[in-house]
Order: sequence, then C-alpha cells, then structure tokens
Amino acid sequence: MADHKPGFFSRWFMSTNHKDIGTLYIIFSIIAALIGGGFSMIMRMELQEPGVQFLTDAAGNPNGQMWNAIVSAHGLIMVFFVVMPGLIGGFGNWFVPLMIGAPDMAFPRLNNISFWLIVPAFLLLLASALVGSPLMTQGLDAVQSWMDLLGPGAGTGWTVYPPLSSTLGHPEMAVDLAIFALHLAGASSILGAANFITTIFNMRAPGMTLHKMPLFVWGMLITSFLLVLSVPVLGGAITMLLTDRNFGTSFFNPEGGGDPLLYQHLFWFFGHPEVYIMILPAFGIISHIVSVFSQRPIFGYLGMAYAMVSIGFVGFIVWAHHMYTTGLDVDTRAYFTAATMIIAVPTGVKIFSWIATMWGGSISFKTPMLFAIGFIFLFTVGGVTGVVLSNAGMDTALHDTYYVVAHFHYVLSLGAVFALFAGYYYWIGKISGRQYPEWMGVVHFWMTFIGVNLIFFPQHFLGLQGMPRRYIDYPDAYAGWNEISSYGAYLTGLATVWFLVTALYTMFAGRKVGENYWDAKPQSMTLEWTLSSPPPFHQFEIQPKVK
Amino acid sequence: MLKTLSSFFLSVLVMAQVNLAFADGMPKPWGLGLQESASPSHARITEFHDMMLWIISAVVLFVFLLLVYVVVRYSKEVNKKPETFTHHVLLEVIWTVIPVVILIVIAVPSFKLLYYTDRTAEPEMTLKVTGYQWYWGYEYPDHDDKSFSAYMIPDAEINADKGEVRLLSTDEKVVLPVDTNIQILVTAADVIHSFAVPSLGLKTDAIPGRLNETWVRIEKPGVYYGQCSELCGKDHAYMPIEIHAVSKEDFQAWAQK
Repeated sequence: MADHKPGFFSRWFMSTNHKDIGTLYIIFSIIAALIGGGFSMIMRMELQEPGVQFLTDAAGNPNGQMWNAIVSAHGLIMVFFVVMPGLIGGFGNWFVPLMIGAPDMAFPRLNNISFWLIVPAFLLLLASALVGSPLMTQGLDAVQSWMDLLGPGAGTGWTVYPPLSSTLGHPEMAVDLAIFALHLAGASSILGAANFITTIFNMRAPGMTLHKMPLFVWGMLITSFLLVLSVPVLGGAITMLLTDRNFGTSFFNPEGGGDPLLYQHLFWFFGHPEVYIMILPAFGIISHIVSVFSQRPIFGYLGMAYAMVSIGFVGFIVWAHHMYTTGLDVDTRAYFTAATMIIAVPTGVKIFSWIATMWGGSISFKTPMLFAIGFIFLFTVGGVTGVVLSNAGMDTALHDTYYVVAHFHYVLSLGAVFALFAGYYYWIGKISGRQYPEWMGVVHFWMTFIGVNLIFFPQHFLGLQGMPRRYIDYPDAYAGWNEISSYGAYLTGLATVWFLVTALYTMFAGRKVGENYWDAKPQSMTLEWTLSSPPPFHQFEIQPKVK
Repeated sequence: MLKTLSSFFLSVLVMAQVNLAFADGMPKPWGLGLQESASPSHARITEFHDMMLWIISAVVLFVFLLLVYVVVRYSKEVNKKPETFTHHVLLEVIWTVIPVVILIVIAVPSFKLLYYTDRTAEPEMTLKVTGYQWYWGYEYPDHDDKSFSAYMIPDAEINADKGEVRLLSTDEKVVLPVDTNIQILVTAADVIHSFAVPSLGLKTDAIPGRLNETWVRIEKPGVYYGQCSELCGKDHAYMPIEIHAVSKEDFQAWAQK
C-alpha cells in the first residue's frame, strides 16, 4: 500500500509527493547550475586578460551590453534557480516531512505548483536573452554568428536598478520578461514558504515539540518566514518597475516626481533577507552533518536555534548597508553600520558551536564532513569581510568593487554551495538508495576547494586596489590577480564535470545502502535514518512517537 | 656589454621614476591593499582597514587553528569514545561577550571615520560632477562656471610615452588645487553612475533627480584616477575619471583660461 506509485506522467508531472517534488527540484537546480556556471566560465575567460577577446560585436568592438546581460543572468540564475530550489525546494521538501515524522507536506498539490512555477520562470529568464535579437528582428539572413541569436538582454545586474532597467536604459522587452520570470519565481517561493510553515507548525509527530525539532527544520521554518515577509516586497518593487516601463507610472522616474532610490530601498528590503534565506537552510544541513560525523549531539541546540532566529530577525533591519554610497544621511548610515555588525554575534555563536560539537568527538572525514568543515572555515572568511564592509566609512572604498564580489562569493559559493554539495553527499544514499564512491567525493571536494579559493581569494586584492565590479575590461594593473582567478574557474569547472561523473555513476552503479548507512548514533539521530533507502512512496502513514 | 646593461638598467630606473610620478593614484600590478592615499579621508580609511585586517586575520587564524586542532585531536582513530557534553555556560557567555567587545572596538573608530568623511565643515570651492552615458561632465561654479566633458581615451589612441594609461586616461582632465577643502556635488543626467576616485577616498553615487554631496582635500600634487562605480549600461567600464592636482597658483591660472 505504502509503495504503490502512480504512472510515469502522473508521478512526475502531477506529483503530490514531497520526495518526488524534491527530486524534481534537485535535478532542476543542477541543470540551472550548469547554465549559470557556464555563464561564469564565459565571464572568467573574458577577464583572464586585459582587453576584450571574446564578447565583441561584428565590428570587433567590445559588446558591453552582452557582458552586462551575462553577468546579470549569472546572478539571477544562481540565486533564484540554483541555491533556492536546491536547498529549499530540494532538500527542504525531501527532508522536512521525514524529519518531523509527517507523511507529506500540509499542501501536497500546492507543493507541485511551486515546482512547476519555477520552470516557466527560468524559461522566461532565458527568453529575455533572446528577444530583440537580429534573428528575431531581421530574420535568418541576419544570423552570421551565434551572437546574432541573442538579443540585447537585461543588462541590469541581478539588482535591476532603474533608471538603467527602465525604458531609458532598456527600451526593449528583455527587462519585462525578466520581471515576469521573477514574478513566477517569487510566487513559487511564497507558496512554498506557506506550505513549510503550515507543515512545521501543525504536522510534527507527537512528542516533537518545537524545541525538539531538528535544526534543519528550524532553518527551514525561519527561512519560510523570511520568504513570506520579504518576497512580496520584491514583487511590489518589480511590478512598480513594470508599470513605470509600460503603463506610464513614475515611481522611480524623477521627471515624474519619483525616486530611483525608492526602488533600491524596496529591493534591498527583500534583498538582504534573501541572502539569509539562502544560508539558513545551509546552516541546518551543516549542523546535522557535523553532529553525525562527530558522533556527538549538536552543542548548544537552543543557542543554535535562536541564533538562526535572531539572524533572521536582524536581517530585516539592515538593508541599507547595500546603499551606503547613494547619499543617505550620515546618521542613517551610522545606524545601519551598527545594526549590521550585530549579526556577527549570533553567527559567531554558530561557528563556535559547530567547533564545540566536533570537540571531544570521534570524527570521520567522509565527503559530507569535508564539505561541512570547509564550510565552517570559508564561511568565517566570508563573514569577516562582511564585517569590514558593514562599516559605512570603509565601504566608500569598497562598494561596487571586487571586494564585495569576493565577500558574497565566499559566503555563497563557498558557503551555500558547499552546503548543497554536503547535503548531496550526505543524503544521496537516502534519496536514491545508492551510495557514491567515497574516493570520487574526496577528489571532487579537493578540486572544488582549491578551485574556488583560487577564484575568489585574489578578488579581495582586486577590490582593495579599486577594481570595479561588472566590468568587461580592466586597467592593465589588475591583470595578474585576474589571471589567477580565471585559472581557479577552470579548475572549478573541471571539478564540476567530475561531480557530474560521480553523480551519474552513483545513479546507475552506486553501491546499494540500507536505512542508517552513516551509522548515525542516537545522539545525532533524525527520523530519515529510520526509513529504508529510498523511503517508501508513502511513509509515516502512522506517525512515529518521539521521546 | 656591462655598459649597455647598466645604461639599460638606468633607463628602466628613470622610466620607473617617471611612471611613479604619474602612478600616484592608480592600481599597481599584483597590488594587495588599498591604493596610496592622497587625501586625509583616504588616509583614515586606510588606517581603519589596517586595524580591521589585523582583527579579521586574528579571527580567521583562531578559527583555523581550532579546526586543525579538533580535526587532529578528535579524529575517530585518535579519540574512539566521543564526549557527551552539550553545554558549557561560561564558554557560551565568553563567545558571545568577546565578539560584542570586538565589535565595539571596531565601532568607535568606524563612527569617527564615517562622520569625518561625510562632509567638510568649510568648503573653499565646489566641483559639480554629472554622470552621463558614458562620460563625465564637470562644472566649476565658483570659477566662472567653467565646464567641460571628459571622455575616456580609446585604447588605440593611448600614448604611453605621455604617461597615458589604458582605460583610465581621459581627454580632458579635472584640475583641482591641493590643500583646499573642495565640496563635490554629484548628480546624473540619465541612469545611475558613481563618481569614484580610490586614492582620494571618494565614491558617491550619481543619481538622476538627486544632488549628492561629498568632499575632498588633496594633499599632494599628482594624477589620480577613478572609474565609474555603478552599472550604467554598455560602456560602464569605459568612463573613467582623471584628476590632476596642482598648486593653488597653477589651479588659478588654469581656471582663468
């Protein structure tokens, strides 16, 4: 009964099963990562040497618009179509119901809607790169190279600031399509968040109080509140941009009495919680892995849970630290400096608690744990550069330079992405019933670790020396570190290919595993390890009792 | 042979000096830190960053050493029986309070820096900057409304012998007097740009419909470069800023022209 599955089309296109929907999200996230990562390869190839070698127009001049569109797409794809679907849609959907002993999410069909909204959202974003192309405007005869398949695109940055993103800066339709992409992705997130909150509040197994809930579930709960409160503000901002562009409003147009800064306030009111949305589920995954692979209970469970709560809460009152150079009043900047620095305290509590969890443990260094330890160190590096940037006076020198790029890639590429990989290696046995070859995971880890550090550490130097971000070309003095950074990108690209080989091998020939294949001890136990690998199609039809 | 070599080295040295004279406010190959300061604002920013660098390096090193210790001392092979503790009140208090103390230690100079760099009490002259797609416009309202636009010198026309630098040199230069408190008003005519000159500690967004204010005091004569620092369209990377700081007399002479 528990294992009777629907037919192929019903099962995968009309799913109401949180595990299958989680699988769909993970596959989607990997595909989007290849595209978003591909764009970053193009970027690093172009930046390897001074001068513009690849992104030129027919006359050989630099094609700055195409560069801007690629940079923007890279950011939007990684945030909205890789990290969020992977961590929240993928691991969240798979493991929240399992960990709380529930048979599924509170709204299984809504869950499916959330996934299927993401697909057209992504297609719309890709379409925004195609409208207005020579192919579309002049026909097949105009196509002389692959670049003629592409339109101007939305060269606005993932932040989409007007007036550049308004009709003044982007008269073509690309930005409108990007806005629609964000509408759909936003709706997907809001519905998903409502689903998680209802599920976590109402469907925990008897005996599982909030204070007994696994930390990954805490992370998902807080993330869901952040989503529900911040994404609608993004929706408002981009809809106002849409009406400015198409229906004659002037929210952001000074000539009509509007203010470009209004957009920035609205965007960053969403944008700052967004980065915590991306990292809180990651924090949860790291807690689970550190506990299991140290054979110790998590140190200071309540401190960890409430550190996440305070990070989430304070995350709502720091947004203008992204706007220090816009001409804000000096007292306002002073407030945002102080508020931003406060977040370092609960974050530090988490870092130290993970180390204290390992302290006195019996640590085994399997791939999930390698990525987790990597996360703890590299997130610290990214975190401290965040503390540097939080100071408004200092930010004058660093805003919009590669120092910022280095900072957020350390906490995202070396934080959230490491957690994604850690989660993959930790849970793929449970998800698929097959385990990856340990040596392949170790090779992936080291190639990635070296690669991403080579990409992003030199970028601190570039930023301090004043190299601006989103630049297609740079003064010759920046050439040295840029070259090193590009080599790091190629190594990381190879590491990613290796990961795909590992994942495919695991899928088809991985060793089959049982329920508790990591031998999680009672002090680290969470309910997914009591189920078969993979779990039955329907689990916990009778809820377990939790002590 | 020796004579050729030594005259070669001598000319290199001479060229280096010449380059250095123009190399005041620009990045250096393999540069690691902030550009050299030519203004008190940037000097203070550099001091602040120097302090921050010590603090963050200590934090990162501390975490790194803890991780190395834990990884070596508590591996499964070395420590077969894991401990069971989940709390240590004193430790938890310490690792909450000490970060707070460190943040206060950072916040005090940080606020001082912020309020110092915000604006000057007594400006002696004004420079008005307007960002356009894709060049800068400059006006000197106190000097007979002298105004001009400055475009990047394209790669093909760069003359390295004149000390011109690819992507940084402009056709018209912004001439300013040293040892003068200069109020800088910044706006834009189309999209958002940002007026930035790292060695002078300047970065102020140029926003259409808004007049932003900053200030600078240039402490030594020289050439100081900057680049637009807010994404503004296809030639965002191609609208630099070149400031020539000269003596007050030379500036008056230039302003008269």
